[in-house]
Amino acid sequence: MIAERQAHDRSVVGALPRRDFLKLSVAASGGLLIGLYLPASKAAAAATFAPNAFVRIGTDDSVTVIVNHSEMGQGVFTALLMILAEELDADWTKVRFEPAPVDPVYNHPVFHMQITGGSTSTWSSFDQFRNAGAAARAMLVTAAAQRWNVDAASCRTEKSIVIHSASNRRLSYGQLAESATKITPPQQVALKDPKDFKLIGTPLKRLDTPEKTNGKGIFGIDVKLPGMLTAVVARPPVFGGKLKSFNADKTKAMPGVRKVVEVPSGVAVIADGFWTAKRGRDALQIEWDEGPMADFDSKAQREQYAAMAKQPGLVARKEGDAGSAISSAAKKIEAVYAVPYLSHAMMEPLNCAVDLRADHCEIWTGTQLQTIDRMNAAAIAGLKPEQVQIHTTLLGGGFGRRANPVSDFVSEAVHVAKAAGAPVRVIWTREDDMHGGYYRPMFYHSLVGGVDADGNPLFWSHHLVGQSIVAGTPFEMIIKDGIDPTSVEGADDVPYAIPNLSVEYHPAKIGVPVLWWRSVGHSHNAFVKESFIDELAALGGKDPFELRRKLLTKSPRNLGVLELAAEKAGWGKPLPARRARGIAVHASFESYTAQVAEVSVDSDGKVRVHRVVCAVDCGRYVNPGIIEAQMQGGVIFGLTAAFYNELTFEKGRIQQSNFHDYPMLRINETPEIEVHIVKNNEKSGGIGEPGVPCAAPAVTNAIFAATGKRIHRLPIRMNEAVGGSKEDLK
Amino acid sequence: MIRYRDVLRSIFSILLCVVSCLVSANGQRNAASAAAFEAMLPVLHHPRCMNCHSAGDFPRQGDDSHPHAMNVRRGPEGRGVTSQKCSTCHQDHNLAGLHMPPGAPDWQMPPRNTPMIWAGLTDNQLCELLKEPKQNGHRNIDQIVEHMTTPKLVLWGWNPGEGRTPVPMSQADFAAKVKEWAVGGAVCPAASSSASHAATQ
Amino acid sequence: MISFSVNKRPVKVDVDPSTPLLWVLRENLELTGTKYGCGMAQCGACTVHINGQAVRSCVAPVSRAAGKEITTIEGLSPDLSHPLQRAWLEIDVPQCGYCQSGQIMSAAVLLNEIPNPTDDDIDQALTGNICRCGTYPRIRRAVHRAAEMMAKGGAR
Repeated sequence: MIAERQAHDRSVVGALPRRDFLKLSVAASGGLLIGLYLPASKAAAAATFAPNAFVRIGTDDSVTVIVNHSEMGQGVFTALLMILAEELDADWTKVRFEPAPVDPVYNHPVFHMQITGGSTSTWSSFDQFRNAGAAARAMLVTAAAQRWNVDAASCRTEKSIVIHSASNRRLSYGQLAESATKITPPQQVALKDPKDFKLIGTPLKRLDTPEKTNGKGIFGIDVKLPGMLTAVVARPPVFGGKLKSFNADKTKAMPGVRKVVEVPSGVAVIADGFWTAKRGRDALQIEWDEGPMADFDSKAQREQYAAMAKQPGLVARKEGDAGSAISSAAKKIEAVYAVPYLSHAMMEPLNCAVDLRADHCEIWTGTQLQTIDRMNAAAIAGLKPEQVQIHTTLLGGGFGRRANPVSDFVSEAVHVAKAAGAPVRVIWTREDDMHGGYYRPMFYHSLVGGVDADGNPLFWSHHLVGQSIVAGTPFEMIIKDGIDPTSVEGADDVPYAIPNLSVEYHPAKIGVPVLWWRSVGHSHNAFVKESFIDELAALGGKDPFELRRKLLTKSPRNLGVLELAAEKAGWGKPLPARRARGIAVHASFESYTAQVAEVSVDSDGKVRVHRVVCAVDCGRYVNPGIIEAQMQGGVIFGLTAAFYNELTFEKGRIQQSNFHDYPMLRINETPEIEVHIVKNNEKSGGIGEPGVPCAAPAVTNAIFAATGKRIHRLPIRMNEAVGGSKEDLK
Repeated sequence: MIRYRDVLRSIFSILLCVVSCLVSANGQRNAASAAAFEAMLPVLHHPRCMNCHSAGDFPRQGDDSHPHAMNVRRGPEGRGVTSQKCSTCHQDHNLAGLHMPPGAPDWQMPPRNTPMIWAGLTDNQLCELLKEPKQNGHRNIDQIVEHMTTPKLVLWGWNPGEGRTPVPMSQADFAAKVKEWAVGGAVCPAASSSASHAATQ
Repeated sequence: MISFSVNKRPVKVDVDPSTPLLWVLRENLELTGTKYGCGMAQCGACTVHINGQAVRSCVAPVSRAAGKEITTIEGLSPDLSHPLQRAWLEIDVPQCGYCQSGQIMSAAVLLNEIPNPTDDDIDQALTGNICRCGTYPRIRRAVHRAAEMMAKGGAR
């Protein structure tokens, strides 16, 4: 019960607790039209009707929606348009998207800066886009009513047409566009009753599919500017390293190489094209001062974390008295879990194009963090933020990597542009991207738990060690009492009714740059929490589904998805030999998911995931087609990490570099993934990230069910699980 | 006067001598040919060769002979299937850099109907398989020698690109052993020798 | 000078012959639909056709294209009418979209050779194409759907 209350109160919105930001925010609700308008000078030309910053209606009936969130695959260029078009009563076939420029009017209504993250886009902009659509509609209706000299209330709208039924007169929005520009925007508008929604809640096709199917879509790496050069940068092989000296004679002798310059991040080779720049970079002779991380080693780090976990930590959660419950438990179990550093490995490696002039700077890149990128770029360029414009392109995946508070890939490109003397883009190779830092942090978890004589969980004590993501960044203010909520989310809000529960956090200070990685703290805490509750179920001789069910009676939405997933997966029904099911349930980003994985393990320890059944409750939703895709993608993202991914350090250097040693799940390994969406009227939650957390524990719990072997460390190492004996698996 | 019986005896003894001498020379040739074949084995058993003469309907890669990434298949011609042919990634030359696709002209593995799977064979079985016209592409011994000593794809084993171990014998030594084996009658080692290369099964 | 044809248009480029075809397409010929993902034939984002065969253009030197016919995603159809493109639209396959050119170009070779592919055929054809967003379930559906469209509409 307490856990459920906490989950609602704290409302961790991805990286940022909504509670903290809501205090600062003026919620745009109830149809009050605030924060919708661009300054007059920035409004579009009069040929089109631009009633506010979010929509333009052309005399050709086109409806252009300006989207303040970056499209990185999660579908904002469709879902947000549906919301606006719903209230506008727009003809869906005429609706187009356009990425927003950087301007405070496009700030995230909760985070107060332009940002795409925390699985917040659709719900946070819901009212904003409804109001923008409704206001535009009201002005069009007023324009029509004035022209017909009738009461606006006697007009209705349908598919971009204002209709006066009594006189059977009709005018399209395009026909009204010019006269509507003369109408004063309303102070307040009525919004539709959700039961009248025609678009919201339907699986409309994505609007960005055509340009992603014919090669025409422009990602950051595709931007071409007149006279543009391309740079590839040599960066230190060790984090914290610095340039000592370099010799560029060979590089400079290459045809097509224009300049070789020192930048704060290393040495940039600026050339006519990528291939020349890359070959030029490879030919540099560089001496680095490797700095304090020169001997950094993953094994030593793990030992350091293990020692830290034995000390008292910062209390993130305390219910009852886990310490004294240890002695009264009938049985107890200890476990250590570990997860590695992970790369986001977006398919489009980092890149950024910059055209820097004396009095302004234009930047083209796929970013999730426009406001901060602009501030950082302006500071480097010696300009005011208003003199910097960012053109947000399509993002070839983001997953958090392109929302960097220090704007690494933008800042560096501006430094290169200062030296280039021409428009320039910096392209990171795959290896550069994988070695570039800002990883999901490595975490070490140490747990003790116990059950009473009836096998019911009695206590749960959890110590987790890892780096804070926000420490030392502008987001540091969310740290409370030393605890970074992005480190403990999913661990401190254990929803299970366990009388004695303690969670202690040990922040580690390590010089490896870390960042939010799709589902952030939940990406490891759900694995630990859902594995350990499975361990307690086994310890107490309980069915893992039934035990969760019993402990979630006060958490109805967790319980709802748990039961739905179990039912659809046929929990308890017989399976072929060597196959088993595992279950996991987790709340994240204000949505609830449960997954049941069906897994087989062959005698060599080879694991095959055959089927994943996923139930999701994200409250009131906009587009179930996109939700299905996001959940499937989230499961695959989670399975990829569970089976394959880890970044390890030796002598300060990352040992992995590209997809041959940091593999991705591929189509032939992809299970059947069923998605079941709960329909209700609860407040909307996120959908981009909640598919990830349950994937790993559902699979490792299934491996346990199939083999009796518990996976404590990701990626899954069946040789460790097997314990050297294949017999155990037979 | 020469007696007929003496002549017969002489002829017999000469014949006996010739036959016994022949048998003895043959024995030496047999042994040398089979020994030459055995000397070839470290090359034939090397991952650079075995990875495409491997068990299963797919190539392997690496010195540990793990199955080729990306679910690559042999295909009817030994050149892959549909959009994953050998030539999709492999060029006619090695590419610079670690872990880059290796290459040589006509990059392929044996075709499906004559897959030339060496994995799991005894030395004798491997030798007999090489000579079996139905399996070796109807090559006679001279053509086998040609195949083992001249195509650039075979010679690639001595120049496999950055980060890959070459086959363990100079190309000249290997070619000499192949010729020695052939000239000696392409004799196979005794059938009793045990399975020589089960590791890549 | 290296001469070849791209999307049925003859081109000549004056570049180092060892330059990967990918960068010639993207930079010299401004066909940016073909993507860079890994530079080592691991991800498939750069897949194009050379004389109808799938090739990872990030590792194919442009010299390999000499005298050949190259097809990129931009040349698959002028108007999204290829059955694969129609199926991609119907099934709503892409998420971020970055890998999709390569997925479609690989699938096109598959359907040319096997007009009615099984799931196993799809696995053998498309395992070389990574999608980080995880659109694989829809890719599978869309390839089957395109095969159906081709069967109904006659082979292209």
